[in-house]
Amino acid sequence: MFSDDEGDEDMLDAANQQGLAKAFTDDSEGEEVLEAEGEADEFGVDSDGEFEQGEEEDVEINVDSTVTNVLPSGQEVEAPSNVPPDIHISRTRIQEILNVLDDFSKYGEAGRSRSDYVAQLIADIANYYGYTEFLAGKLFELFSPREAIDFFEANEVPRPVTIRTNTLKTRRRNLAQALVNRGVNLKPIGNWTKVGLQIFDSQVPIGATPEYLAGHYIIQAASSFLPVIALAPQEKERVLDMAAAPGGKTTYISALMKNTGCVFANDANKARTKSLIANIHRLGCTNTVVCNYDAKEFPRVIGGFDRVLLDAPCSGTGVIAKDPSVKTSRNEKDFIDLPFLQKQLILAAIDSIDANSKTGGYIVYSTCSVTVDENEAVVDYALRKRPDVKLVETGLEFGVPGYTSFRGREFNHKLSLTRRYYPHTYNVDGFFVAKFKKMKAKEQKVNGTSTV
Amino acid sequence: MRPLTEDETKTMFEKLANYIGRNITHLINRPDDPHCFRLQKDRVYYVSENVMRYATSVGRVELMSLGLCIGKFTKTGKFRLHITSLEILAQYARYKIWIKPNGEMSYLYGNNVLKAHVGKMSDDIPEHSGVIVFAMNDIPMGFGVTAKSTADARRLDPTGIVAFRQGDIGEYLREEDTLFT
Repeated sequence: MFSDDEGDEDMLDAANQQGLAKAFTDDSEGEEVLEAEGEADEFGVDSDGEFEQGEEEDVEINVDSTVTNVLPSGQEVEAPSNVPPDIHISRTRIQEILNVLDDFSKYGEAGRSRSDYVAQLIADIANYYGYTEFLAGKLFELFSPREAIDFFEANEVPRPVTIRTNTLKTRRRNLAQALVNRGVNLKPIGNWTKVGLQIFDSQVPIGATPEYLAGHYIIQAASSFLPVIALAPQEKERVLDMAAAPGGKTTYISALMKNTGCVFANDANKARTKSLIANIHRLGCTNTVVCNYDAKEFPRVIGGFDRVLLDAPCSGTGVIAKDPSVKTSRNEKDFIDLPFLQKQLILAAIDSIDANSKTGGYIVYSTCSVTVDENEAVVDYALRKRPDVKLVETGLEFGVPGYTSFRGREFNHKLSLTRRYYPHTYNVDGFFVAKFKKMKAKEQKVNGTSTV
Repeated sequence: MRPLTEDETKTMFEKLANYIGRNITHLINRPDDPHCFRLQKDRVYYVSENVMRYATSVGRVELMSLGLCIGKFTKTGKFRLHITSLEILAQYARYKIWIKPNGEMSYLYGNNVLKAHVGKMSDDIPEHSGVIVFAMNDIPMGFGVTAKSTADARRLDPTGIVAFRQGDIGEYLREEDTLFT
């Protein structure tokens, strides 16, 4: 956006623009005549910004003045409190602040700190995308500024509709053929799964075809394949799914085990067990037991499992595209209460495992949230509280490694083995997967002496 | 959760026998993986003994489902098959009716099987006997009871009813609120 003669004008402009900006702010009424939209609350700098945005392609005379004057002055911040904020101005300013943050030492306004810009950027994001400022800030701090905008943009577009073939009843090729005959346009999701199909468009409702009713597939987000792939259940094992409804993951576990062994599907919400039972029966998973406990009651109900999947209840910040109510409904208290619950659940999950299991001894913890409080912090807590578990490779081909440190908090260095998924990088829901192995008492002792 | 009483077993087996006849023995005798019938609340489940043993740890109030739900006992003591039992009914079916693709949706919306929709059917089905309904590509779609014997059905006009619907997989959507607990 910068013309090549900017270097020459740098000095001149630096001197001029301060005065210019002042003139605009003081003489706001004169400026409004010029401005097409004529917003009463918008003063010099902002309207100047808008003006720039419109003509930046050809006229770039006072480019630098926009860059350095991106932030509103004190009185402007006060002004718009009684009128609804204008999203177009927020949008423009988001772009401008991004440009400034790209090279702060060069474009930053003298006397303004980087955090001033970031604060304004978060306020604009909250305004433009409709988040509470608290949540916008929480999500913003996970990414670099540009990536954060990609993330917020990706939350505005729906993820593709995906289905999972039920290998207990059919094969993916046969299913794809049957659906194509019904006028469904589809293709395999990717190389990482042999059972997923992505639906582009369909002439029939995809949730009511005879194949659907016969249990040949289930509509399931691509991201929720991941924890089950990581869990890698084996035939004849005993597996617990602690928060199972509506059963997408449970039925996948059952299918991978080829209906052998035993799968315990638990959900704390009785109303939701209906859809869980419906899916289990429709897909013909006969090795399941469905129960309605608070998951914290495990392992008192029954323990000694070979594998446990804990897809914990979470704030849903990874699935904002699916459920936009998250944008405004989540507050600071949620990010204290939910991690508290998740920490209790993860300990219950670990305690439900049989460390001496011949084939298993694995726990997979996953959430559809992207915040560190609900993910790395919980995993780190579990590692500290239960020295007999360790993190292992998830076995997933893609994904960003989890944070080992975040804003001054240091986590176990093994947290790089966990995997994060974002809507803007993989076009799946925001997701987090960690896989633990519970060690046998003997191994544990050896491990203990070697580290001390 | 408890085993069925003698009377209950008899009622249920009589019902099952309508559809799978003597093949009931195949349900009971499975030397590789012994299965059993268990009553939980008013529902009957068909489940591997292995899984059943684990399920005994779960309390009566909290146990929502196990294995495969065959159906339920009504308050009057009759036994009603649920669509969830279709998997085993289809496997051991005695009499079968296949319906053409143009009749699939009509059947899945809960209508009876019309002559015009029948693609093929087993020979020598007597009148008023249990049948399993399949799509032409052998996907089980439901079960019902014949209105006419195979011979009589041949002479039926296209809008005549060949079989009355008793259960179809469309119930997974239509009856989701009542079918499961």
